[in-house]
Amino acid sequence: MLDLVNLSRLHFAVVTVYHFLFVPLTLGLSIFVAIFETLAFVKKDDGWQKLAAFFGQLFLINFAVGVVTGLVQEFQFGMNWSSYSRFVGDIFGAPLAIEALAAFFLESTFLGIWVFGRHKLSPKVHVASIWMVAIASNLSAFWILVANSFMQNPRGFAIVNGKAHMTSFLALITNPKVFYEFPHVIFAGLTTAAVFIMGVSAYRIYKKQNPELFLRTLSFSTVAALISLIAVTIIGDLQSKYLIKIQPMKMAAAEAIWETEQPASLSVFAIVDGKAYRNHINITVPKMLSFMSYSNFTGSFPGINELQAEAVQRFGPGNYIPPVALIYWCFRIMVAGGAVLIIATFIVMWFMRKKNILTNPWLLRGIIALIPIPYICNSTGWIMAEVGRQPWIVYNILLVKDGVSRSNTPAMVLTTLIGFAVVYGILACIDGYLLITFARKEIKEGAQ
Amino acid sequence: MIDLNTLWFIVICVLFTGFFFLEGFDFGVGIVAFFIGKTDTEKRYLVNAIGPVWNSNEVWLITAGGAMFAAFPEWYATLFSGLYIALFLLLISLIIRGVSIEFRSRLGNPKWQKLCDIGLFVGSALSSILIPVALAYLLIGLPIDSNSEFRGSFFTLLSLPALIAGLMGITFVMYHACIYLQLRVSGELAERAAKLAVPLLAIFTILGMCFYLLVAHKLNPSVNLVAFIFIGIGGLGAILAIFAVRIKKYGVAFASNALLLVGVSGALFCGLYPNVMISSLNPAWNLTIYSASSSPYTLKIMTFIALSLLPIVLGYVAWSYWIFRKKITQQDLEY
Repeated sequence: MLDLVNLSRLHFAVVTVYHFLFVPLTLGLSIFVAIFETLAFVKKDDGWQKLAAFFGQLFLINFAVGVVTGLVQEFQFGMNWSSYSRFVGDIFGAPLAIEALAAFFLESTFLGIWVFGRHKLSPKVHVASIWMVAIASNLSAFWILVANSFMQNPRGFAIVNGKAHMTSFLALITNPKVFYEFPHVIFAGLTTAAVFIMGVSAYRIYKKQNPELFLRTLSFSTVAALISLIAVTIIGDLQSKYLIKIQPMKMAAAEAIWETEQPASLSVFAIVDGKAYRNHINITVPKMLSFMSYSNFTGSFPGINELQAEAVQRFGPGNYIPPVALIYWCFRIMVAGGAVLIIATFIVMWFMRKKNILTNPWLLRGIIALIPIPYICNSTGWIMAEVGRQPWIVYNILLVKDGVSRSNTPAMVLTTLIGFAVVYGILACIDGYLLITFARKEIKEGAQ
Repeated sequence: MIDLNTLWFIVICVLFTGFFFLEGFDFGVGIVAFFIGKTDTEKRYLVNAIGPVWNSNEVWLITAGGAMFAAFPEWYATLFSGLYIALFLLLISLIIRGVSIEFRSRLGNPKWQKLCDIGLFVGSALSSILIPVALAYLLIGLPIDSNSEFRGSFFTLLSLPALIAGLMGITFVMYHACIYLQLRVSGELAERAAKLAVPLLAIFTILGMCFYLLVAHKLNPSVNLVAFIFIGIGGLGAILAIFAVRIKKYGVAFASNALLLVGVSGALFCGLYPNVMISSLNPAWNLTIYSASSSPYTLKIMTFIALSLLPIVLGYVAWSYWIFRKKITQQDLEY
């Protein structure tokens, strides 16, 4: 099945999911490091200064890999998806160019100023520079999500001579999809960073390396994690309600609803058979999906088979069903991961109240084990979002198979896929090793 | 009065020129560090000389790519899919180079540092060769069919003018870095770099003449006069730079390099105008600033946004260079 289209899809999946392992931590950790630096500056507190420097180093290690893998993102649309780029460039290129001009310059310039300007700038300007990095990182997320939202929910365009032309820039950047996606990603980033800080702090306490110092970041990040998790859940819930309206097929696949149900029951475990267009085993909670989607117990939830029939009528013969099992399980893993984290942060807060967290090794080990969960949620969330728009590259406008570079051969795409995968694999090992080394590093007295 | 298509053609030319002027010395430092940095401390001084700015300098390339995508989607799509393998090698080079700079001094392990030094050298050298090769092909022409699709292979890219363009790239960045280093490091290290400057500039000038002779017939005759003016500016830059190096006014030499670069890329892009890519199969299939461009509406929006943002960006980028204008000392060694 590895033809040019599927190889190009696999290529996109590998380089993009990998890049997005580093992005959320950059988004969130930049804000936390900025907060720690601000606390150190306002309180004239050496402890916060040390913590800011410590987490600042981890931030930089993660940031470096995010930046170099981000280069590929900017160019891969032209390399593997040139037909898509031709079709949609009039619209899609704008947010990418603005992202570079408005956000990447700001981010990289002030990062240089922050890292190298410590002895050259006043403390106030130094603190301001890390805030500029944090703002710019999160601003870049906005622009790239404007671009993504166009693919998910095209707005403000017209088809002229077989190409999509922008008719309203305002409609592009006020696409309602952006205002679900953007905060969802920002709070996912904060969650990732907060859980990361929780885990690293717990590790330091567990190893009795500056435990009092890291108790500060543990309690701070636990509260931050809980707030971010609640926000990300509420926005996620609102987003899924919105998706039922704009991308019903994606949500039907995410819930493995083959036939339209009224009222709809929520599946908690299903063996999905995409070839037979049904589920083999399906354990459900009656009426629950209607309640979650429409806040009532009678709402009708459109099924995949009906949506497929509608799509055939509208767009002509073809298979408009995305890979259902993958989307179904990605959605469930993401939601379950979020639930585990919410419960875990409540447990940690309960123990913190009793102040005996320093002497509870099992609890500390448990906190360390939470670190991968946000990463799993981020990846499964994006897989659901992007696989869920299949077979469309621009939803209901352009098919993925019509977006690939026609001058490429499968061998070329496979070559670069293997090349990137090998380099990225080595990079992951180096990055992991460095993060662990720096997380264990001794904090010297008086050092900044 | 120029139209927006021409304006955006100029913007992209300016972005590539800015990229070569700024990231050029970063690439160059990565290459010459391999030869003139004898000890670990010396190598650290060299890497830290570009430390605060190399990341933002690379954004010029990303912005050039983004601007191409926004203003000339057909150009972006044809160039990037056509130069597929070359671009892949460029991306891998940039990745290896970036990681080598960032992670070189994080482990305090001599073997790791040596590996990073090689990574920095190879990544910088390949990047500085591949980008000029790609740009030279805009002018030399690529086998592009009537649908703007590339009809060739990686080996289509091996030709004498392209090879010369690549060599021009690597000699320029090395020369440019030698001048930049005079402003940022001192002592023996700076002297070693200074010795390389003039010979490298001489080689670059000879290569530039060869390249011109090979591609002169491709230049658009109607803009030949403007192209000649640019070649003149470039030549003036080179002469000024040689004099400035003689009297050790390295700031002047650095500024002269801007003239040199404006001359070279101005001549290249002028020779290309109003095409953006030449089809070697049929002149009717050339991509032009009109056939490859976005809609007038998008160009208008992008012009408005770029004109409002650019002064701010240039302002803080200039400020960051002002902060790091002095020669580096022991306490500046963050990498």
